Parts: sequence; C-alpha cells; structure tokens
Amino acid sequence: MRLLPSVDFANLLSGNPSMNANLRRLCATAALALLLGACGSKEAPKPAAQSPAAAPVSTVPTDPEKVLNVYNWSDYIEESVVPAFEKEYGIKVNYDVFDSNEVLETKLLAGKTGYDVVVPSAAFLERQIQAGVFQKLDKSKLSNLKNLDPGITERIARHDPGNEHSVNYLWGTSGVGYNVDKIKAAMPDAPVDSFRMFYDPAVVSKFKDCGVTILDAPSEVLGTVLLYLGKDPNAQNPEDLAAAEKVLMAIRPYVRYVNSSKYIEDLANGEVCLSLGWVGDVFQARDRAKDASKGVSIAYNIPKEGAITFFDMLAVPADATHPLNAHLFIDFLLRPQIAAKNSDKVHYANSNAASWDRISPAVRNDPAVFPPAEVMAKLQPDLAKSPEFTRLLTRTWTRFKTGK
Amino acid sequence: MSRQGRLAIFERYAQRWGPFWNLFYRFGPPRWSLLLLQNGWGRNLVIGVPYLWLTLFFLIPFVIVLKISFSEIRIAMPPYAPLWEWVGDTAISIKLNFANYRYLFSDSLYVSSYLYSMQVAAISTFFCLLLGYPMAYGIARASPAARNLCLMLIILPFWTSFLLRVYAWIGLLKNNGVINNVLMALGIVDQPITMMQTDFAVYIGIVYSYLPFMILPLYTNLEKHDPTLLEAAADLGAKPAKAFFRVTLPLSMPGIFAGCLLVFIPAVGEYVIPSLLGRTDQLMIGRVLSDEFFANRDWPVAGAVAILMLLMLVVPIMLFQHFQGRELRKPS
Repeated sequence: MRLLPSVDFANLLSGNPSMNANLRRLCATAALALLLGACGSKEAPKPAAQSPAAAPVSTVPTDPEKVLNVYNWSDYIEESVVPAFEKEYGIKVNYDVFDSNEVLETKLLAGKTGYDVVVPSAAFLERQIQAGVFQKLDKSKLSNLKNLDPGITERIARHDPGNEHSVNYLWGTSGVGYNVDKIKAAMPDAPVDSFRMFYDPAVVSKFKDCGVTILDAPSEVLGTVLLYLGKDPNAQNPEDLAAAEKVLMAIRPYVRYVNSSKYIEDLANGEVCLSLGWVGDVFQARDRAKDASKGVSIAYNIPKEGAITFFDMLAVPADATHPLNAHLFIDFLLRPQIAAKNSDKVHYANSNAASWDRISPAVRNDPAVFPPAEVMAKLQPDLAKSPEFTRLLTRTWTRFKTGK
Repeated sequence: MSRQGRLAIFERYAQRWGPFWNLFYRFGPPRWSLLLLQNGWGRNLVIGVPYLWLTLFFLIPFVIVLKISFSEIRIAMPPYAPLWEWVGDTAISIKLNFANYRYLFSDSLYVSSYLYSMQVAAISTFFCLLLGYPMAYGIARASPAARNLCLMLIILPFWTSFLLRVYAWIGLLKNNGVINNVLMALGIVDQPITMMQTDFAVYIGIVYSYLPFMILPLYTNLEKHDPTLLEAAADLGAKPAKAFFRVTLPLSMPGIFAGCLLVFIPAVGEYVIPSLLGRTDQLMIGRVLSDEFFANRDWPVAGAVAILMLLMLVVPIMLFQHFQGRELRKPS
C-alpha cells in the first residue's frame, strides 16, 4: 500500500514509464479508483497524487513536464520521502522497483528505459559508465553534495572516476547473519566473527541441519572467499578463482540454498540459522523475528577478515527525459533529514555525514551498520570484472550452485 | 463463397502444411481474418495475413537473434559489436564470429542442459499424451452440451495467471505443504516426502500446465471421426480394443502429432517451472539462456544458445511434417 500503488498499475499497463502523460494519468486514476473500491475505508489519497501540477510550492527550474520516473530497489526508501518530494516541487513521481542488478542492467543496456533516476550498485555502475549509459551529473544543481563524507566518496571514485556520474544513496556490507541461540547450541565456541563460519568445512558442517544459506551474488561472494583465503578480491586472477572454487565446492554439501532474498524470512522464523547476507536484510529479519516474538534472536557481524562493500548509486541515464527533475530528486535525497530517515528505515548506512547526528542512536551506533575506522580499513570494494573473468566467474558459480 | 467453402480451403491448407499449422488456421489470425472478411476480399489477402504475421513476429526476431549470435561481446549499449561496418564510403566489412557456437561445445554445461531439457520435455509430453488422449476421447464422444462444458473446464485454468498456478503447486508439494501434511496426518508416512526441487515436481508442473495444448488438438481430430467406421469394424468381428488400435488410433495420428509438438516445443525451453519447482543441480536450457543474458551479460552467447535450441527443435518438426505429409498422401 505504500508509495502510491496507482503508479505501479500505470507502469504495468504501459510497460514503459514514458508513455503519454494523459494516458498515464488516466490509468493512474483508474487504478486509484479500483484501489479505493478495494480498500473501502482507507483514507483518500493525497490530492498531490491526482493533480501533480496543481500547486508547485518551489520556484526552482524543473523540466516542462512535471514528472519523474524513478527505478529503485524494492523496500529501499522511507515511505514519506516520495510524497514529500512530490508536494514540495509539484512533480509527479512514478516510482518503480527492481530486485536485481542484472534486471536493471539488461534494461539499461537495451536503452530507452524511460527512467530518470536509477540505483545500480557501484560494480555494475562502473561497467555501465563504460558502456555510456549515464550522463554526467551537473554538480552545480546538487547543492547538498557538500554533505557527503569525503572518505566514502573517495572509495566510490574507484568505481566512478571523479564521482562524475553518480551519487551514493546507501551502502552496506555482506557478512555473517545468524540465529544466536541455534548457533550456540550447535557449536558453543562458534567463530561468529569470521568467514570460517561458512568456508571452513569443519565449522560449517556443524550447522548443516539447522540450515546455511549463501547470497546469489557471484562476484561478491567469491570476493568474500578470497578475503577468507587472504587474497585480493579484485585481482581477477584465474588461479585465485580456482582456489576459491575449491573452498566453495567443499562446503556445498552443507549449504541449503543459494538465494539473495529468501533467507530474510527463513532467518526470521528459524527455518535457517546461518546466512551470508546483506546487513540491512539481516536486520530486517531481526525485526521480523522480534515482531513475531517467538524467541528468535538474530545478529550480524562483519567478519574479522574484512568484508565486501556495496554502494548503491543514484545515476541519471543519458537518455533521461526529465534530467532537471532527476537532479532535484537526487539533491532532495541528499538533504540530511531525508538521508537520516532512509537509513533509519532500511538499516543501511549512508555516506551523508551531515545526516549522521539525526539517525537514531540504535542504528548510528551499531558497528555493523556504521563500522568503526579500524573495520572500515579492512573493507574492500567489489570492482567490475572484465568480460573474460566474468565468464570464468559465472561458470564457477554455476558449478557451485549445481554442486558439480 | 460460402462459409463452408472458406473453411474447406483452410482444411486443405491445414492438410497440406501439416498438423502444426492446423491449430494456427483454426484459432489463429487466418480465422480472425475470415471473420473480418465476411464479404470476401479474395483468398490472397487471407493467405497473406499469416505470412505477414510470421514475418513480423517470427522471421524478423529470428534474424535479429541470429545476427547477435555472430557478433562479439563488448561493453557498450547494446553490449555487442555491430556485425558490419562501413569501410570508407563504398565497402562494408562483415565480421562473423563463430566462437560463440564453438564455446557451447567446449563446456559440458550446455550439452548436458540441452539433453536434460529434451529428456524432461519428452517425458512430460508422454505423460500429457497418456492423460490427454482419454480425456479428449471422452469429450469427443460426449453429448454436445456436455462437450461444451468439458471444453470450457479445460480452458478455464487459463483465466488464472500461469505463475500463480505454478506457485500453487509449491504450496501443495513442499515439505510442510498440503500433500505431506495430509499424508502425515493420516499416518501414511512419518517423514515428509521431498517433492520440491525434484524432476517429479517439474514433470507435474509441465504436465499440468500444458495438458490443454495436448487435449485441444486431439479433440479437434477425434471429434471428426465417423462413428460408422467403428460399427463397421465391429460388424467385421473386431473387439472394441482392436477396433481402437486399428481404426481410431491411426486416424488420430495427426492430432497426436499436433498435440505432442505443442507440448514438447515449449517444454524444451521452459524457464519458469524448473526455476520454481526443479532441481538445483541440473539446469534446463532456458535457465542457462537467462544466465547468459542476465548474469554474464553475454548477449552473443545467449543468442547462440537460442539459435541452437531452435535448430534442435526445427529438425524433429520437419521430420514429423515429412512423415505427416506422407501419411496424408496415402489413398484413404
């Protein structure tokens, strides 16, 4: 019910967000009518959703068409943010979601997506920049860029040289997500702060019966194996890859499944006890477990060997039809209070230093979300790999997933 | 020309072109055009419509995929190199890259996935036939009112999303799903039977989803059989079983071929059902294709996989068509 579901209906109907504005409005209204019929007593939607151009408050230059098409990860924004933006600028936002970088990339490479703001992870963005997918951002229109932490911006520059094409939205790590009691029961002295939990057969075999899961993210997971082996995750060395494959094949019998979203639910209800997962997702599982109050307690650790970071980046496709609105939206997300709201909600860190004081202490002081400096020093990016290495990597990954 | 006359033309084309097009002519664009052209614009136009359809939605996409399969991967939009380039103002240089096809044979993944897909499709088709034939026969022999009702019931599941129906099977088959819970409550088994992520689940999913494609062509065939043939067989001393195998079954071969093709072809490339229900240790070719496209971003190799899959399907179809044509030319 969040974020104007009518918008999604309209996109579904057209398959293309840049369709005729009148038609889209018609669809949206029809969808709204349906929705109202279905919801009955639900309160009426904000008028802004129906007549976006009605009362623009701001006088900042926008595109003549007061529309913005956003394509972001699912469950990755605080609910009030988009309505607040719509209200302030009188711009109608069509907010569409995806759940895998691959889907986004395939759309972007085919071109003419109709989206004005997309949120690829930095490793994917790096390659997409090379392919000429994005336009350079006009930094004069991004007054809130000054809020960003220089240290993290510098890390991102390894993906986006000069930070010319993108701005960080949120970032995080992949690490050890686990069910505290079940792990203790299976192995009292379990090394919960180490990748040995997954990659040492003597350790991981103890958790086979309570359920072990691995992310379905080839490059990132192989990076964690290389960290475990003490190697550079971005060296693109086929011999390292072979060594990593050996590790993965040895633990395959103890892994229940390889998936990037199912583990949230399964960790929460105790179906599995150990997941190589993304920090925010593991905390989502923790919160769900808390809500269900069945005594499941979930924790997340960044392994002492280091971790792979991902940066989800706001970028504007070269063929975006509302680039001015896109810049407005990006600058809006960079406001400290907005960035703090988003981090609070989804448990991912932002790089918006000015917002850090406004984040609730539970999130701000959690070393798993905002790692201390000595942990930061051990975090490695997941840089884009060459097509040749990607092929080797995917093949290794297929062998791992199929177990042969 | 009368309506009957036009239908007769379609029958003739259907016979000449074989069973695969039979359904196409009965329910596809030619039939629509028949309805549109009540007052007759001449048969050329009627015949032209399916050609136009095939050119637009089969031939052109096929040529595009073929082109991509011969190109080279590169980091660009779109992520492959153009096949031809202007050299100066007057010459075009064409570069065909066969490496993508060679690559498919250098790695056992592709061959084993192709073979596994064929196996799954063949077994599913067999069970579809086993289930679908008696159902089609029953419908064809039913009273007209019951017949319409039965056909309606066959088509009814199509009104629900295919994806939802496959998801429903997950609810039935999983370890703490409906079937296992009932079996355990009745004390028939102590441990849940693992049915998800097995070949069994894939066969169930495909047979369930594709059964109508088997029944409908079989029905159209069986419905036309002349009952007096069976009476004649009985008069000549054939028992019902013998009459069935000597008369009904041979006469229904075109329907069997059409149904089998309509099930087998999409089943080979099936992606959704094995992804949701199937094994994780053996991929079907549809999954391999999507991995090439999405995970590897290798559109050329994905194109090569698709072209090879098409070739593997076209060859058996041509054999069937050939066989079918010979059957039809036999004096009846």
